[in-house]
Amino acid sequence: MPSWNVNDQKIPQGRLALVSYLSVIFVVLLMIGFWKLQVVQSGHFADLADRNRTRSIPIIAPRGPMLDREGRVLVDSYPSFSILLLRDDPKSLGKSLPQIEEGLGISHEDLQQELDIAKNEPKFQPVVIKPAASQADIAFVESHRADLPLLELMMVQRRRYQHDQMLANAIGYVGEVSAQQLEDSDGHYRPGDIVGKAGLEREYNDQLEGTDGMRRVVVNSVGKVVRTLEDIDSLPGKPIQLTIDYDLQAVAEADMADKEGAVVAMDARTGEILAMVSKPTFNPNDFAVRIPQDEWAKLNTDKHTPLLNRAIQAQLAPGSVFKIVMAAAMVDSKEIPESYSVFCPGHANFYGREFHCWRPQGHGEVELHRAIVDSCDVFFYNVGKMLGIDKIAYYGSGLGLGRRTGVDLPSEEPGLMPSEEWVERVYHHKWYAGETISVAIGQGAVTVTPIQLARMAAAVASGGTLVQPHFLKGYANAKVEHFPLSDEAVEKVTQGLFGVVNEGGGTAYHLRLQNIDLCGKSGTAQLMSYDAANRLGTKKMDGWFVGFAPRRNPEIVVAAIVQDTMEHGGEAAGPVVRDVVKLYYDKKAAHQQQQAGTQAPAPPNASHPLVATVGGQHP
Amino acid sequence: MKDRPHVQDFDWSLLAIVAAICGLGVMEIYSSTHASAMAGMQWRQLTWLGIGVVGMFLISRIDYHTLLDQAPVLYICGVAGLLVVMVIGSTHLGAKRWISMGGIFNLQVSEIMKLIIIIVLARFFSEVRTDRLTLADLLKVGALTIVPAALILKQPDLGTAMVLVPVAIVGAFIAGIEWRHMAIGVILVALLIPVGWNMRHHLKPYQQQRIETFLHPEEDQRGAGYQILQSEIAVGSGGFWGKGFGKGSQNQLGFVPVRYSDFILAALAEEQGFIGVCVVLLLYLGLILRLVDNAQKAKDRAGMYVVMGVTAILGFHVLVNASMVIGYMPVTGIPLPLMSYGGSSTAFVFLALGLVMNVRMRRFVN
Repeated sequence: MPSWNVNDQKIPQGRLALVSYLSVIFVVLLMIGFWKLQVVQSGHFADLADRNRTRSIPIIAPRGPMLDREGRVLVDSYPSFSILLLRDDPKSLGKSLPQIEEGLGISHEDLQQELDIAKNEPKFQPVVIKPAASQADIAFVESHRADLPLLELMMVQRRRYQHDQMLANAIGYVGEVSAQQLEDSDGHYRPGDIVGKAGLEREYNDQLEGTDGMRRVVVNSVGKVVRTLEDIDSLPGKPIQLTIDYDLQAVAEADMADKEGAVVAMDARTGEILAMVSKPTFNPNDFAVRIPQDEWAKLNTDKHTPLLNRAIQAQLAPGSVFKIVMAAAMVDSKEIPESYSVFCPGHANFYGREFHCWRPQGHGEVELHRAIVDSCDVFFYNVGKMLGIDKIAYYGSGLGLGRRTGVDLPSEEPGLMPSEEWVERVYHHKWYAGETISVAIGQGAVTVTPIQLARMAAAVASGGTLVQPHFLKGYANAKVEHFPLSDEAVEKVTQGLFGVVNEGGGTAYHLRLQNIDLCGKSGTAQLMSYDAANRLGTKKMDGWFVGFAPRRNPEIVVAAIVQDTMEHGGEAAGPVVRDVVKLYYDKKAAHQQQQAGTQAPAPPNASHPLVATVGGQHP
Repeated sequence: MKDRPHVQDFDWSLLAIVAAICGLGVMEIYSSTHASAMAGMQWRQLTWLGIGVVGMFLISRIDYHTLLDQAPVLYICGVAGLLVVMVIGSTHLGAKRWISMGGIFNLQVSEIMKLIIIIVLARFFSEVRTDRLTLADLLKVGALTIVPAALILKQPDLGTAMVLVPVAIVGAFIAGIEWRHMAIGVILVALLIPVGWNMRHHLKPYQQQRIETFLHPEEDQRGAGYQILQSEIAVGSGGFWGKGFGKGSQNQLGFVPVRYSDFILAALAEEQGFIGVCVVLLLYLGLILRLVDNAQKAKDRAGMYVVMGVTAILGFHVLVNASMVIGYMPVTGIPLPLMSYGGSSTAFVFLALGLVMNVRMRRFVN
């Protein structure tokens, strides 16, 4: 028998008993542990379990569409799918990647990159591998539900700008809510929400954005939806109808296609914006999916500033268009007789400085009418000298120059109407009398925006009524200002502006239209002094034309600027004004004919039935 | 005195406790898998239990003295088996633990090693004839344990490697370890913890992660800390009375990791509440106390050490598993004996219980 196999050893009962006691202690300790979790902290953990199993999936509400004044869709939204890749199960992920790459046409490198970027994110957060899935992509995901369960579709609402670049600067664009907006919104927005970032998208964001719905679902540990607990439908955003006329917009866009500048067409009676162009521009559809960083940087740093809405943000010298203000001031103030005339030899000397007329050979003897029609600089130098800067500023400001028009767009710039008070406040010195001479022909410190010039011309022709420009059809509380102008002043000035287009020798005689009383004023603002321009041999100018029709109480006013051009305002910017005005009348005639023909007049510009009217008043 | 061991001499009250635990286990396996792709798992577990019972009877037939006689041979075979696993073992879930047996079932050699270490150490301790364990004896015990433990750790299977240690510690304690040796041991362990901490970079990444996770579970809620956190949520949300059979959301929706196996106690805690957990823990306590009772009544020290070896392993399993479920210990992959689903682990427990029956039925035999 081996030495160990003996029966004579006593069992150490004491130590065995100790093991028993120890076991009891351990079990009691474990029970205390369970007690702490299951009784003391059970509420906390029940809460966590609840959050574990339920998940809220937002149902994105589509943004409201934007329609033109005749109900044609300019901007709308469409449901689109993003394809998500679930990463909970790394093993099947690795196996499925080649199939996914082939099925969705994503290169291995791209997909790997997306996964690498998300490597440190929690595993339960899926990766968006295709932000805008095509029909074929969706079909691929749907048909591989069984063998590729790690692909998931997420419905999003995407903005669609039907005509790409058309009206882009006024419409603006949408984008992901910024960190600042998130904070300010007090929980209204969630990260990743799409909001209006610029233009009308931003101005009318409250109407356009709907209320997202929500689906509360029970999910299992890999995030698969097991059942739905609650379904709250989304409320789509309200449509807004704009005062824009698609046809006029299209003509203005076409005329400006390869130019740099801006056009504003406005109903002179109501302030409704009929067309607004700013060139160069951008395609807001680029923002609708996900704008690449470099493209965004390019848009922002482009020296041609495509994101700038020149119609309301470019602050430029009005050039000779400012002579409308000068002429109105001269007649209305009665400080200078209407018969006042000047001999223009092509230049004049004021305060020891030589000032040129745009026509080097001079205009000869000119009175007010001729001075407007031929745009004689020397005449208005003298008028300016006699009136003085404060009188000029009174009329300029009164007619809306150098201050915001109040158009319903964010970030309108004011421009500047200089005065003695202004120069003392800003520069702390006295006004140089010589400056008045420059201002008299719209040069020097005076700067305006195209929309201000359109409103000013409309105001002069309608006897001093300044309307508030706006884009929203049925815009309630549109402010109307009255700047008192004598009837003689209005008559004199509009006669002159009619002559500009319709009298032989007028600076815009080439723009005349049959049966339409197109009036207007051209302007050519020097970008540098005569001397510098002559020295450098370049003659780059800003060419303006502001036109309206008919002569008194006009229906339509159009301001256009073509920047950086070699042509004078009449040639550079005149044609677009003429084309827009002509189309306006053509459409009007066609409409009247149709009404006469049917004898059953349909309400013109029938509103979209769903259109949100602010306040509800229809002008 | 009888001259032949009889099945009637099995510890039937111990087996009743075992049956109750197994019953709860099968029930919870059913509850946590019936609504999933793994439905029907309870039948497979019942099959394993059946195989285990047969194994228990078979091993009880071989006199444990015969087994102890063969201890050196068994030990060499076991270590050799572990070496074979290292070379040709099949890799499953990143660890080589199985020897593939013709595709029918995988043999987990380390489970067998647990049985062998019980027998080998029982043999060793029973050869110590005094009530004092010398330092040399202690070192020998340590060496015998460390060799297979190191090989298992290499697979890598930290859990099973750790399980061998309590057999040695409990055995040494009963064999009469000197207090000063025990104190030195405790101090050594205390010193080794910081060393081990600095050595953690030599661990496998998954082991490092498990340690990190254990220390800071909230930092990585869906990574490795996920398992512990989800387990705690399941246990805690179960409350005092539980959510009811088949009604635990953590369990049913799959948030509880391996809810039918290592974390079955979390699944049960969620559905049966604190009450259910107490029943389970008390059953295990009953099992342990019953085992110690068997040890106390053993005919000789050899038998007593065999039974206490089994007790040490089962007790350690329960302690570590239950602690893990409530976040008191890191995830080491130690199943809850008799409840967790699994062929090898179930078979091991029944074979170990067979050894206990073996000792018990021979207590009156000469």
